Order: sequence, then C-alpha cells, then structure tokens
Amino acid sequence: MLATHGLDKRFGSLVVAAGIELAIPKGARYALIGPNGAGKTTLINLVTGMVQPDSGRIVLDGEDITGLEPAMRVKRGLVRTFQINTLFPNLSPLEAVTLAVCERHGDAGTWWRSLPTYEQAIEEAYGILTMLVLGADCNRPTRQLAYGQQRLLEIALALASKPKVLLLDEPAAGVPKDESGELFKAVAGISSDITVLFIEHDMDVVFRFATRIIVMVAGRILVEGAPEQIASDPRVREVYLGRAHHG
Amino acid sequence: MAVVTSAAGAPHRYLQAQTRWGVIEIMFWIATLAPFVLFPSYLVLMSQIAITALFALSLDLILGYAGLVSLGHAAYFGIGAYTAGLISKAGWGEPLSGLLIAALAAGLFGYVTSFIVVRFRHLALIMITLGLGLMLVEAANSASWLTGGADGLQGVKMWPLFGHIQFDLYGYAAYTYSLIVLFLVFLAMRRLTNSPFGLSLRGIRENAVRMPAVGAPSLSRLRTIYTISAVIAGVAGALLAQTTETVSLETLGFQRSADLLVMLILGGTGRLYGGMLGAVIYMVARDQFSGINPQYWYFWMGLLLVAVVIFLPNGMLGGLARLISRWRSAS
Repeated sequence: MLATHGLDKRFGSLVVAAGIELAIPKGARYALIGPNGAGKTTLINLVTGMVQPDSGRIVLDGEDITGLEPAMRVKRGLVRTFQINTLFPNLSPLEAVTLAVCERHGDAGTWWRSLPTYEQAIEEAYGILTMLVLGADCNRPTRQLAYGQQRLLEIALALASKPKVLLLDEPAAGVPKDESGELFKAVAGISSDITVLFIEHDMDVVFRFATRIIVMVAGRILVEGAPEQIASDPRVREVYLGRAHHG
Repeated sequence: MAVVTSAAGAPHRYLQAQTRWGVIEIMFWIATLAPFVLFPSYLVLMSQIAITALFALSLDLILGYAGLVSLGHAAYFGIGAYTAGLISKAGWGEPLSGLLIAALAAGLFGYVTSFIVVRFRHLALIMITLGLGLMLVEAANSASWLTGGADGLQGVKMWPLFGHIQFDLYGYAAYTYSLIVLFLVFLAMRRLTNSPFGLSLRGIRENAVRMPAVGAPSLSRLRTIYTISAVIAGVAGALLAQTTETVSLETLGFQRSADLLVMLILGGTGRLYGGMLGAVIYMVARDQFSGINPQYWYFWMGLLLVAVVIFLPNGMLGGLARLISRWRSAS
C-alpha cells in the first residue's frame, strides 16, 4: 500500500534518513519506534511531502508520488496527524472537520454557496466528531478545548480526509498515561481498511496495537519485524537499554 | 461560560444560525439611508464614506479572513480610479461600464501581483506590498502624459447614470450610486465569507501548515481572494474617480494604504462590518477634527488607534461582540 525505496535525507551533515525501505501492506498496523532524534517524524515529513528527499522514491498504492505536492498526496489518501497540535484555534471542531470534508469533496473552492447548505458534509463531520467523543463540544472554538480533546481532533481531521494510509505522529503526545485511554480507543477503532503507521513511545501501546514494528536509529531502519521478534531482538534491547547509543 | 451544544441530528443548524441576518445588521443598512433625510448637506461626505467602506471591505477580505496584511492596497484603488478616469477622459463617460473596466484592470494587476504576494507573510509581506505601492506611485508620477502627474487627472466627465440620473453638486446621485454598489458587493462578500471557500480562507489564516494536510491548495486560494480583493479596491477607486470627476496621485499613495489599515484595525478585522465602521469613524473624525484644527487632527487619530489596540485588541466590533456575548450569557 505504502512503500519507499532508498529514501535519503540530510540536513547539512546530519543524516536524518538513509536508505529507508518501507513496504506496508493494506490494512496493516505498523508502529515506528526509536530513540529521540532517530528521524521518525522526519520520515513522516518525507513520506507526506512536507520535506523533499535528497534521493529515493515514495510509492502509494502502486503509484509513484515522490514529486507530488503534500495536498495532492492527501487527495490520494495519504494523511497524517501531528505530534504537536496543528489545529485551527479559532475555528470550531465542526467547522474544521467540515472544512476537511469539503476539501475532499472538492467543494472548498466554492464561494457562491453558503456553508450550512452542505448538510451532508456537515453531517459527516459531525459523525466523525461524535465517534471521537467531541460531539458535545463541536461548536466551541478549538482553543477552548481541553488538551486531550485537541489530540482527538487531530485524528478527527485526518479521518475526514478518508485516508487509505494514516500516519499518526505520537497520537497521545503530552497526554498523561492514565488519560490516554480515550485516544487509544480512537486509534483502535480506526477502520481495518485503513493502513496505519504510528509513532509511539509507550511500549505497552506499541505491543498492544502493532502487527509489525519498525525500529529506527540515527536515520536508519535498525530492524523490522513482528512484535515478539522485536521484543527479543538483542540490538533493540541495546538501543533501549542505552548501552550502544552514547556517541 | 456559555457552552453551546448542537442539537443532535441537526448540526448544520448552529452554523446556519451564525450566517443568519442579525437585527443589528439590518439596522445598520437602514441607517445608511438616514443621511438622505437627516443630513442632506453631508451627502458628498457620505458618498466618500461609502467608497472608503468598500475599500476597507476589500482589505478585510485578505487581512481579516485570509491573514494577508498589506500596506500597499491603495495600488489597486488607484488603478481603478485612474482607469475609470482615463476611460471617461477618452470620451466614454458611461459610469457602469467604466466601473466594470476599472474593476477588470485592478483585478488583472491584482492577479499578476498575487503570484508574488501570497508566498510571503508578516513583515516580508508588508514590505513587498509597500514596495509595490511605492513603485506604482512613481510610475504614475513619471507617466504624467497619461496621468497628469502631480497635477492629477483633469477633464473627467461622467455621463448620467442609466442615461438619466445626473451626478449633482449635493452628492445625492453620488451617495445613492456608491451606496448601492457598496451594498451589492457586500452581499456577495457576505456570501463568500459564509461559504466553504470563506471557511478555507479562515483555515489558512488560522494554520497555514495544517491546510495542505487536509488537502487544501492554499496558494491558489490566496491568489483567488487577493484578486477578488484587488477587484473590489478597484471598484472603490473607480467610484471615487467617477463621483469626484478627478483623480490624483494620492489615490495610489502610501497614506491611503496606511489610513485604510488604521480604519480596519479600529473597527475590527474579519467581520466585514469592522472595516465599514472604521471607515465611518475615520472619515467623520477627519471631517470634524480637521474643521477644529486642520493641522493636528492626526493626533486624535493616533490616540484613538493606540487606545483601541491596547484595550480592544479585536477592534471596536470585537469589543462590542464580547460585550454582547457576556450580556447574553449573564441573562
């Protein structure tokens, strides 16, 4: 469904991606883990087109998308969320998600029709918000929402674009562990038609949701495998116990 | 705090309620008719206020909705004014077609410049719009064979509106004409700001990084609204040229661009009415204060500007809206 071939990226002398090979089948649940600075978010930026690779190719559903603008990739079903809330502070969640739905339908360039007449789009947006338990607060300005609600809205906005491949960058970043249940329930509830790649630091969560795990270190994929393989891999233990990674 | 919840099953109702005409809105437009009866001797001023309000509306579209700040918006106003003036001078004095051609000229220049403008934000954008404005003033100044240079464009003569209504000395026709154009453009822009396109502009203003991630082509949207804004500024300029039958370099100038920004900030951005209210306050204040002391009246404008920015960061309308919502949630 989503594949990369030999993806390279340097920022000056810093190698943030080197020879990244991904091959993620449809409907899979991949976790991307690794220490801070390993290049996980950069990989998402590369795949979504927010950062241009120095070399390599990105293939979505059999089509080369390496040269496409980020917005065009979204239109083809490659959608992401952000580790740091990247929302519309003065729009309500209903407006924001309706905007994303209208973009998908190709209606967002229309200026001569009033927004409330797009009942179907609004209904759909409201449905997504209700699913993510934001229905009751859908008309408040986003900036007034609790932090955890804003994390849910990140996912709601992504779902509104009807992704084929969804890249979740630390969906629960900054949410206290005992309050992250709602978020992971939302992640678990994502349709199995959607291919998901998520970055996560909490190993309990990773082993609960992932069918495959990719471990990145210093811009390279160290190992990829099923959760039980990863759990017993000595190199991964080294990285996470910190013995090999002081340098 | 009032928490608004949407009635299950009809989430569009809440959005619909926000786009409905309010009582204050209707009262505002009725009040625009009052000068005909109450201050018939001020109709010339009223006509200039309506034109300035239209100009402010054009800036609000890009600044208040799309988040593009400009210190050179008079460029499009001036192009509209000169185009309308030149057409008339060339022997075609029909106002409505003149207005249309002026709008096209300003829109064309707006479209061309939009390719540069929408790539920048903040200080860089201010400098670029400022620079474009300055260039245009000097271009018009040096092309004095066409524009009349510093003396202004003389010999503009308008035919009667619809072939019957003569522009009169008292501004009766001028105010009627300007007000109708203002109202029609306002109606279209009210629809635009309540449309999915308008929502996407607010999205760009609120978070330009997120927009591509929801699949939005932000730059082309910004080019569209910038061009529309230039068209409206051009219409406003053309109205001024047609109703005063003269065009000066000042229509293009920095002072006009800066004054416009001041009006919009005073009234409040992103509400359409803010710029119009600002235009009323600014023009009336100029008329009154400059009557008392023609040299120092900007002092009071400066004082008002500082006070509003400190105490009403969302402008006068923003303050008013806050007052009303507080009053509603208290009752």
